[in-house]
Amino acid sequence: MSEIGERVKKIVVEHLGVEPEKVVDSASFIDDLGADSLDTVELVMAFEEEFGCEIPDDAAETILTVGDATKFLEKNAKS
Amino acid sequence: MRRVVVTGLGMVTPLGCGVDTTWTRILNGQSGAKKIDTFEVADLASQIACVIPRGDGSDGTFNPDQWMEPKEQRKVDDFIIFAMAAARQALDDANWHPSTEEDKCATGTLIGSGIGGLSGIAETSLLLKERGPRRVSPFFIPGRLINLASGYVSIEHGLKGPNHSVVTACSTGAHAIGDGARLIALGDADVMVAGGTESPICRLGMAGFCAARALSTSYNDAPQKASRPYDKDRDGFVMGEGAGVVVLEEYEHAKKRGARIYCEVIGYGLSGDAYHITSPSPDGDGGFRSMSAAIKRAGIAVSDIDYINAHGTSTQIGDEIELGAVERLLGNAASKVSMSSTKSSTGHLLGAAGAIEAIFSILAIRDNIAPPTINLENPSVETAIDLVPLTARKREINVALSNSFGFGGTNASVIIRRVAD
Repeated sequence: MSEIGERVKKIVVEHLGVEPEKVVDSASFIDDLGADSLDTVELVMAFEEEFGCEIPDDAAETILTVGDATKFLEKNAKS
Repeated sequence: MRRVVVTGLGMVTPLGCGVDTTWTRILNGQSGAKKIDTFEVADLASQIACVIPRGDGSDGTFNPDQWMEPKEQRKVDDFIIFAMAAARQALDDANWHPSTEEDKCATGTLIGSGIGGLSGIAETSLLLKERGPRRVSPFFIPGRLINLASGYVSIEHGLKGPNHSVVTACSTGAHAIGDGARLIALGDADVMVAGGTESPICRLGMAGFCAARALSTSYNDAPQKASRPYDKDRDGFVMGEGAGVVVLEEYEHAKKRGARIYCEVIGYGLSGDAYHITSPSPDGDGGFRSMSAAIKRAGIAVSDIDYINAHGTSTQIGDEIELGAVERLLGNAASKVSMSSTKSSTGHLLGAAGAIEAIFSILAIRDNIAPPTINLENPSVETAIDLVPLTARKREINVALSNSFGFGGTNASVIIRRVAD
């Protein structure tokens, strides 16, 4: 897993309180990791904070899995 | 109307986590007050508060992880965590864990708070100013709303009956119990999880109550002496935090399942002062009318009252106004009544005060003992009423009345009675 992927995973584990081994690229935040719609908003905020970038609402709507987040941030991360 | 009894108790207070811990320490005359050490107080006139002892859960300490998942705690202000702790204790104590759809729908929630998530509002408004709206958490609103104490408790325990809340400043806890009992009496529910919760100890809360000249300011170096209702050297209340929750239950429902019954809620009275936003009416008429209404509803004589848990916050004017109203109410029966203010030990828990004090009244009946008014060394006025100074008093107590009066001129009185076996 990429360095960005590791950081994404750490944030997901912290915010959703899930076992690290469940946080794989294909894991859906809502279907597999127990997040609700408010959790996903907060996750996106945490990604913005960690990676120093803005994730517009229309982009946020396409980030459904751990892999989606990693892919987006590998392109857009500023820190 | 249907009869309503109390079958479960739960609390988190500045004296500790749990009913037994708190009650034992109250009867021992302990105080929960200390110098505030969790935020800067040097520029505050009042630098003390009655603070819940946090710890790993041993020796009566409060360990939030035992009551709410850490990842959920992050989303809410402390008043919701306190309510979760007190509610689970009360439901366990009542041994009421509804599992059928029918039982779930017959069980409701009515937990109030005076202010709700003040510290979260303060912190988030700073965040908004410094970093803009995109940094405001989606959990900001649901984690601060007062009725979310009821909301979280109902979700945790699957309670699908009435889901309600009360906001009447320092009368909140008493109103919640009184209104919860009415919902049962009128048939809207068979069981209600009712009470109050509060977490006001933050810089903004202290600054606000200091500005209103409500807090004690002369005892910053002797915090445990600061809350001294009826004493001539009192100078304001001591802020407190915590929650009290009771399980109210329809009498036949409780009998049928063999529940342990603490007492019956026989009277509830409400009134308004229509006088001033923070000061009680000098003639004490509001408190007098709420007590009178509760007595009328209970169908008892004033001489039936054995114990009164006073609102008695330790403010200069409030204590004597209440005392005058109680004397007027009792008349010749004054000399047989014991009246104490447990706020001398717990401080003032605002929206939770009426709930924990109803619980102390229930325990006073259970154990036939009046909890003390600690620090009452020199009463500021003479009265025929026993104010239970300094030490608890063993005496027969079958009927107890608990008073709560709040900003806005809102008054509530609850009367409970021992249930004959």
